[in-house]
Amino acid sequence: MTKRKKLIFDSDLLDLTISRLCQQLIENHADFSDTVILGLQPRGIYLAEQIHRKLEKDTRKTIPLGYLDVTFHRDDFRRRETPVKASQTRIEFVIEGKKVVLVDDVLFTGRTVRAALDAMIAFGRPAKVELLVLIDRKYSRDLPVAADYVGKAVNTLPSERVLVELEAQGHEHNRIWLINKD
Amino acid sequence: MSKLSQKHLLGIKDITEKDINLIFETAENFKEVINRPIKKVPSLRDITIANIFFENSTRTRLSFELAEKRLSADVVNFSASTSSVKKGETLLDTVNNILAMKVDMVVMRHASPGAPHFLSRHISANIINAGDGTHEHPTQALLDAFSIREKLGGVGGKKVAIIGDILHSRVALSNIFALKKLGAEVMVCGPPTLLPKYINELGVKVELDVKKALQWCDVANVLRIQLERQQIRYFPSLREYSLYYGINKRLLDSLHRQIVIMHPGPINRGVELSSDVADSQHSIILDQVENGVAVRMAVLYLLAGAAG
Repeated sequence: MTKRKKLIFDSDLLDLTISRLCQQLIENHADFSDTVILGLQPRGIYLAEQIHRKLEKDTRKTIPLGYLDVTFHRDDFRRRETPVKASQTRIEFVIEGKKVVLVDDVLFTGRTVRAALDAMIAFGRPAKVELLVLIDRKYSRDLPVAADYVGKAVNTLPSERVLVELEAQGHEHNRIWLINKD
Repeated sequence: MSKLSQKHLLGIKDITEKDINLIFETAENFKEVINRPIKKVPSLRDITIANIFFENSTRTRLSFELAEKRLSADVVNFSASTSSVKKGETLLDTVNNILAMKVDMVVMRHASPGAPHFLSRHISANIINAGDGTHEHPTQALLDAFSIREKLGGVGGKKVAIIGDILHSRVALSNIFALKKLGAEVMVCGPPTLLPKYINELGVKVELDVKKALQWCDVANVLRIQLERQQIRYFPSLREYSLYYGINKRLLDSLHRQIVIMHPGPINRGVELSSDVADSQHSIILDQVENGVAVRMAVLYLLAGAAG
């Protein structure tokens, strides 16, 4: 089979979607006085940074932003050929009693989010946790995990992969593709 | 790739520069973990580790045990002084009996050089050498190099002097291998009787005058005189050793430059280091101890991850 590549997000649509996600966050979090944003390493942090920048600009408030690495909390340790390489965790604030918005690019099996919930607890007991994802791959969950804010829900096959290319990651354009792995 | 080239950590001699850098990058992440309010991650929760110590140890054993517990591994401790080894059991039998109880990894210290290498040919569990006689002590060398990297921003091109009882020191040999692999310049300094015969073959400088060594180096790694391994007298008295090779504040001040002082512990205060040096801002001895836990977590994590 030939490799198919289908564009599901271009730059304009991505900007629009991020604006909408920010508006939804503002509706629910008003002045962000008790809210912190955590981007999931390695790829969720670019989206988190983008959303964080826009939120701070729109609300004129300082909102804490952290990076959470879930490598040491994954449930597939010793079950993969090569272990996943760890990334930096940087959370320079207390999340005890705070509303936490977890941000990742793609929601697939839900296992990363489970690991993130586990990893996050090491920094305190949040009052509430929400999940924001850019792409929600429908009907592919292994665990009962649902996102509160979704950029776009996409029907995908297990043989497909979502490729996120962001300018912040060094790509020429902001584009998101659906790729057939075969 | 985030995988070590070896299944065991027997010595620095067997691993590559890439392995060392992977261990350091992983250790940085673990250093962040052990500074969290909750210092524990669940990575190794289905793994059992036996700490088998045929030789005394406080720091290394504690450090390994903390590293294992912070990775959520199950830990069993074993020391030769309280075991059937005293009743005449062989090393291989002892370890096979422990492994029969479903142990996944072995951390071993032994008085005989090569003991972990021998074991690695006979058992399937991952083995970490926690010191084998006067041969190697790989995790100590890794944490020493990691501490230099943290303090000076890198190891490559730095000048490191290892001062003291080089002949009986496994720390010295592992340090030489690690530092050379990372591109540092290494010098050894000590009384001629405490320098190994073929030390030049390792590509290190040799200096007999401690002041000259200190003037040359960026980092001085000071070692203890291992009286317990010395069957004959290598120098007239500890007092005389201290007079010629002991490092005190006056000597450091006379250099007119800042150098970093390291020591793998235990320190014999007043022999190789005076108290005012050991406790000065030159010294990163306690950073070494903290980094020891992070580096050992990284080694355990990477070896366990490759086992699956």
